[in-house]
Amino acid sequence: MTTQEFTMRDQFALTTAELLDQDPRTALVLADIGAAQFPESARAHPDRVVNVGIREQLLIGVAGGLALTGMRPIAHTFASFLIERPFEQVKLDLNHQGVGAVLVSAAGSYDWPAGGRTHMAPGDVALLDTLPDWHVHVPGHPAEADLLLRHAVAAGDSLQYVRLSVQQNREARPIVPGRFLTVREGARGVVLAVGPMLDAVLEATETLDVTVLYAATVRPFDAAGLRAAIGGRADVVLVEPYLAGTSEREAHRALEQLPHRVLGLGVPVAEHRHYGSLPEHLAAYGLDAAHLHARIAAFLW
Amino acid sequence: MTSEATRTPGGFDELPHLISLMTGDEKHSPAATSTLDALWVLYDRVLKVGPATVDAPDRDRFLLSKGHGPMAYYAVLAAKGFFPAELLPSFGAYDSPLGHHPDRLLVPGAEIGSGSLGHGLPLAVGTALGLRAQGLHAPAVWVLIGDAEFDEGSNHEAVAFAGAYGLERLHALVIDNSSATHGWNGGIAARFAGEGWSTATVDGRDHEELYRAYTAPHPGRPHVVVARTEPKFG
Repeated sequence: MTTQEFTMRDQFALTTAELLDQDPRTALVLADIGAAQFPESARAHPDRVVNVGIREQLLIGVAGGLALTGMRPIAHTFASFLIERPFEQVKLDLNHQGVGAVLVSAAGSYDWPAGGRTHMAPGDVALLDTLPDWHVHVPGHPAEADLLLRHAVAAGDSLQYVRLSVQQNREARPIVPGRFLTVREGARGVVLAVGPMLDAVLEATETLDVTVLYAATVRPFDAAGLRAAIGGRADVVLVEPYLAGTSEREAHRALEQLPHRVLGLGVPVAEHRHYGSLPEHLAAYGLDAAHLHARIAAFLW
Repeated sequence: MTSEATRTPGGFDELPHLISLMTGDEKHSPAATSTLDALWVLYDRVLKVGPATVDAPDRDRFLLSKGHGPMAYYAVLAAKGFFPAELLPSFGAYDSPLGHHPDRLLVPGAEIGSGSLGHGLPLAVGTALGLRAQGLHAPAVWVLIGDAEFDEGSNHEAVAFAGAYGLERLHALVIDNSSATHGWNGGIAARFAGEGWSTATVDGRDHEELYRAYTAPHPGRPHVVVARTEPKFG
């Protein structure tokens, strides 16, 4: 894991500015957070770059209203304020109205540990699992974020969630939206690394005879991709940068025809009342390479 | 009931009958539905939308935010031909498009699905922004809320933003039947006026007053019409 100067959020600003220039259907809706990243877009497209102020119910309501008129809204803020705070707006102003939107979050789980619990939303993907039709992307690198953002905006009037983090992998992978990518092949089980968890998973499994799959899109869950990676043992470890076990049900469903085992690793549900740094939090959650190695090895051997 | 239901829909006088097709109560009076007069005048004399233009990009939009008690709304839509009056007796039935809260994917002419309070005004703000961004400056966007619904904080996010933004094509219609538990000291219109809206407070049963308030010019500002009716008829 590295935290580099150029983040996925920086990429989001570049990509979105370009999409706003190219596609008159697009509109960007902000609630103060991120507004400073779009001065030129706001000048060039004053009717399509809207900052509603610190009003997150309105953020989603406005996105729904824009979509009702045929536009393709992109709404952005921290995950806590994009998914959790206005969750009923997500459910009713988007899903229930039968309209689409692209929601782009930052600071999902542990990006700002010193900010504490109020700015952490490790349950965002699990919450979206309670609603139908959401596509969920968790890129692990700015180049992947670029590809997935373009894919999400171009995907008709569908519901798309793109989860950006300051945690990122050293290199981008040749991902195809919606498909798991085989990064390493082995015989004694499958480890599915989601987005920014890939580097730690590769380091953790260096000496283990396992297949490593990489997921930059987790919903819909690439069940066929997971089944195809299963060798002699249908033992699967999920390593997710949000609430532990979020994709366990999807993995069980994918493997329902096989005797199988699934271990879901991720951010624990218990509130962690510590500040500090991102590496300190990853270690505390058991998500750094050393802890991952021990947990994966114990489960697969 | 069948022969009654197939009667040709007509004007305002027909609405109590159309409502009775849903309630089964032939004695239903217009006064029992606080939204009826305000909705009728809006659809009959103001909104530029009809059965032939429900998908036209430049149609006026009416968003029923207070989705509870939608009989008057359904009656007006039926009277204006958005769907046949024959559907009204199915109100609330399993296969009916007409639920006790409207669903835009089921009700011809309904712009939004509503029921949970406080969603219509933010959706209307987004709709007005979307039309403006597409150069559609003629269509008006109207949203109906209740005075008790106005308790929901999401409304206040929308009122403050729309006022500051000068969303001229946005119009709110507040049906005020004094049902908010803690009331609105100094009146509801003051909340809108304080955020820069144009306001009018009228007798919600007086069709001429409603019409004048609906059509009052309000350059550069959103407009709210507070229609006061007798307390708590629903």
